[in-house]
Amino acid sequence: MTPRDTPPGPLLDVRGLTVRTDDGRTLVDDLSFTVGGGERLGLIGESGSGKSLTTLALLGLLPDGMTATGSVELAGTQIVGAPEKRLTAVRGRDAAVVFQEPLTALDPLMRMGRQIAEPLARRTGLKGRDLRTAVTDALVRVRLPEPDRIAHAFPHEISGGQRQRVALAMALACEPSLLIADEPTTALDVSVQAEMLDLLDTLVREREMAVLFVSHDLAVVAKVTDRVLVLKDGRAVEEGPVLDVVTAPKAGYTRALVAGARKLESALDLRSPR
Amino acid sequence: MTLPAAPLKETEPSKETTPVSRRRRSATLLAGCSLTALIALLALVSLVWLPFDTDDTSGGRLAGPGDGHLLGTDKLGRDLLTQLMTGARIAVQAGLGSVAIAALVGVTLGVLAAFAQGWLDDTLAAFLDILIAFPTLLLAMLVVAARSATLGSAILAIGLAQSAVVARLVRILVKRVLARDYITAARTSGTSWPRTVAAHILPNIWPTLVVNLALQFGLAVLAEAGLSYLGLGAPPPNASWGRMLQEAQATFTTAPAGALAPGILLVVLVVGVNLVADGLRDTLDPATRRRRT
Repeated sequence: MTPRDTPPGPLLDVRGLTVRTDDGRTLVDDLSFTVGGGERLGLIGESGSGKSLTTLALLGLLPDGMTATGSVELAGTQIVGAPEKRLTAVRGRDAAVVFQEPLTALDPLMRMGRQIAEPLARRTGLKGRDLRTAVTDALVRVRLPEPDRIAHAFPHEISGGQRQRVALAMALACEPSLLIADEPTTALDVSVQAEMLDLLDTLVREREMAVLFVSHDLAVVAKVTDRVLVLKDGRAVEEGPVLDVVTAPKAGYTRALVAGARKLESALDLRSPR
Repeated sequence: MTLPAAPLKETEPSKETTPVSRRRRSATLLAGCSLTALIALLALVSLVWLPFDTDDTSGGRLAGPGDGHLLGTDKLGRDLLTQLMTGARIAVQAGLGSVAIAALVGVTLGVLAAFAQGWLDDTLAAFLDILIAFPTLLLAMLVVAARSATLGSAILAIGLAQSAVVARLVRILVKRVLARDYITAARTSGTSWPRTVAAHILPNIWPTLVVNLALQFGLAVLAEAGLSYLGLGAPPPNASWGRMLQEAQATFTTAPAGALAPGILLVVLVVGVNLVADGLRDTLDPATRRRRT
């Protein structure tokens, strides 16, 4: 395994990232941002704004028929245009992803334990009983009850919240420097959502891991990140500390977002008993 | 879809289905297995013991049952049961051999074709479609004509023809799996392509694939019988059911057993493997499996 010396500069340095389809449509337009070690950045925007494509482009995983130009440097490695072999080395080690829908992001025919063991074995080289212990530990760390039962279960046999915890355990098993969370709570019930956010927050703080948190929900992003980047139609419209963006949004789109979030909140306030 | 955690505590994954559907499913599988096993038993016994030699013509011509000939003899005085047992061995060999070739060539081609992009993808898809449009029997006749009329040629020909069918299926299945999130998820955790194919793609296409291979087995048996009927299969004195049918054709009115017996066994084997395929589909298909939970 390659030594993990800290390169100078930010952990993730995106400059002029542009994603185009083969038929010429621009889906992400000249996007630039950085994430330093241990920093937490929120990527916010409505569906179709290019958030998910951006996360895929960060790991060189754009679907067929799309190409990225510009520069994405992850822990000193240039991702755009890199050969598959170099990308495989970076994925998981420098950045891991938690996806929106855990049911489809987990192999339906593989027991949870094996799915976590795969990346874990690759990073640590553990085998047999040691590997099984490590898998159980990973499940305990994401606060799953009965880790042994979960390890033997198939994805459809456990609840959505449990699945997402398994997906989180899988991502963390690689001990990445950057955790990319792509709408990790959107598919969950509201009550489970809050728990999941808490868990993510705690685990990431413990490890001093950098986070790129992608969401359409301003409230969720505000809870777990320090800084936000607002995307609209593939373009960055505003960037700044969470507090500034929420209290004094500059761009018109951001103002609409904040107003929308506040309206929901006040509706709750009005209905709650005094 | 979302299940409460509590009732699942004691549940093993294999016991997730209700007893009723399990019983119905296993009935199909059981019936199929029994029919197939019957023929397989005949074939296995023929390897170590036969009532008469395959070229023993000592029995009377078209004799009825009796005199050691349990089912009588054919027009050359050969024992019918002996021929049927040899035929069973040849049928099973043809099925297994063809399916093995089809699986090996077809899966390899199909996986490669699924990963191809752009013009190469189109070319491969068109190539497979053309191969499939070409009649299996005609292709087999060409191969047999180019080589010689042996069982090996027949198996090779049928196997190659079926490879195209399997390859096209595998290509579509792999493409579908490739579009799934869990493949992207595996890739984001740094899984290499070969590892992704082995750990995630093949297991996920396996249920559909194995059902199709079982069906191909039945088709291969029929194709071999067809080739033998035309005199392009295993050469005498190895009796293939197809050739037995052809030889008994002229004497069907006077001695119907010679034509009926191989015909019935052919039906038993083909229906048997089709039932096995059906049973396997219910047991293995993740779609039906999940619907039941």
